[in-house]
Amino acid sequence: MHPAPSIILFTTASGAGYGLLFLLATTAPADLLPTRRWFGLAALVVALGLVTLGLLGSLLHLGHPERAWRALSQWRSSWLSREGVMALLTYPPALVFGAGWVFGETTAGLFTPFALQAAVGAALTVYCTSMIYASLKPVREWHHPLVPAIYLAFALMTGALLLHALLALVGAPRGWSGTLALVATAIAFALKTAYWRMIARAGPGPTPESATGLGALGRVRMLDPPHTQTNYLLSEMGYRVARRHAARLRGYAWLSGFAGATLLTLLALLTGGALGFLSAALAAVLGLAGVTIERWLFFAEATHTVTLYYGRRGERETA
Amino acid sequence: MTSLPATRPPRRLGLVIDLDTCVGCHACVVACKEWNTGGHPAPLTDQDPYGAEARGAWLNRVHGYEVGEGADGRTVHFPKSCLHCEDAACVTVCPTGASYKRAEDGIVLVDEDLCIGCGLCAWACPYGARELDADQGVMKKCTLCIDRIYNTNLAAEDRVPACVQACPTGARHFGDLADPDSAVSHLVAARGEVDLMPELGYRPTNRYLPPRPRKTAPGDTGAPEALEPAAPRGGFLAWLDRILAD
Repeated sequence: MHPAPSIILFTTASGAGYGLLFLLATTAPADLLPTRRWFGLAALVVALGLVTLGLLGSLLHLGHPERAWRALSQWRSSWLSREGVMALLTYPPALVFGAGWVFGETTAGLFTPFALQAAVGAALTVYCTSMIYASLKPVREWHHPLVPAIYLAFALMTGALLLHALLALVGAPRGWSGTLALVATAIAFALKTAYWRMIARAGPGPTPESATGLGALGRVRMLDPPHTQTNYLLSEMGYRVARRHAARLRGYAWLSGFAGATLLTLLALLTGGALGFLSAALAAVLGLAGVTIERWLFFAEATHTVTLYYGRRGERETA
Repeated sequence: MTSLPATRPPRRLGLVIDLDTCVGCHACVVACKEWNTGGHPAPLTDQDPYGAEARGAWLNRVHGYEVGEGADGRTVHFPKSCLHCEDAACVTVCPTGASYKRAEDGIVLVDEDLCIGCGLCAWACPYGARELDADQGVMKKCTLCIDRIYNTNLAAEDRVPACVQACPTGARHFGDLADPDSAVSHLVAARGEVDLMPELGYRPTNRYLPPRPRKTAPGDTGAPEALEPAAPRGGFLAWLDRILAD
């Protein structure tokens, strides 16, 4: 599948934003975060800013962005529509929760229900995003039970890394958030590693023989392509990434998103002051970079059944 | 709207494509493009149409395959357009209601005024039946020539999809596959059918008739087993034949 920059930006940025919003909205009412208005303002601007940046980025992907509002109508059947509805439903409680924090320097009491609504909305939006992909049967790397868990885990991981960096910035107690970031990072990469192993071992899935129904006559090989130049199907769904590049990129994702983020978070936990903040911030940057590479691979390595009609065998590419 | 019809449509209009008789001439492809660039999904645009990188949205494509090995190998031409599936995921994934399946005849259509061009329906289609029109920014697909088959301004014999009308070998048939007595249902019953990726469970309405078995022995034409020898076997004529042959 074509790794469109707008969708990679959207899923990575909004995932991190919702992850951070979820953590802010669940830990602030429990009095784990500073109630000072400037901290609340900065944290919510980062969270909702990333979410909004991602949502606007996803509009770039549309042929008719001015009609995007219509996507809110089909939530009964469409995960994409549900995602849009949940994204919009998450804003009002998040803004009320933020208003209490910024204007009243209070994050509990009256504002707790709004905070919890925002947290639930954030989690559900990320889940809906993941189900857009996980519900597509023609793409077997996406139609996989681990995909929703991976999206949620990476959102939590990047949100926790950002929260840790924000707490380090203001010098607030942050041991718990650093530990949370370490655990979330480990869970996210454990899930992703398990997923990579599972899709490598999965059966061949549909083949050119089952796609054409001609398997009873023997092996099916492409003789004449239906068109001499490329077309939408091939540029959108025929993207191929060589296996050795994919392996190297998986290494970079792991090195940056797991090893880099983990070591720097540990360093941040052991130090304080400027060094503590710098390492926590760099951990967040490396975590986000790792997730961006992971998300690029999520598209680039995904194979669509339409390419079976254009000569791809059912097996995973070995080029 | 993008939920599928609650009950199975009473009529299930579709195509029956004969993989035995298709010769891969692409007449259906061109007829489809010509009709539809002025019909329901108009315009059906191309980019750089006269240049080296010509590309565009087409609703019907003919693939060519080589199937089987050695003496059993054969060429199969494989036309592919929307199969108007009964479990059409392209409809249910649509976030705007642009993509829909008609309750009366099962035809899957796109309302281009509602389409936001997100491309999700094309991802959801395992067969590659939908193409985004790069100029119009909306999804295009086979309409089963809905503007022909119900068009009372056309002569009755012309009320078939353009691809069916154009086919020079009669490899494309149009009809109601819900009616067991329709000509297309009889054809499917007589010839059998090949299923495209039944493991995905989309339940296509269109049917593909398999190539007929190959003949492995010659038929009886009534001709003698062997011809009479042309050369005389003896005597003067045999001597003359030898002389002239040298």
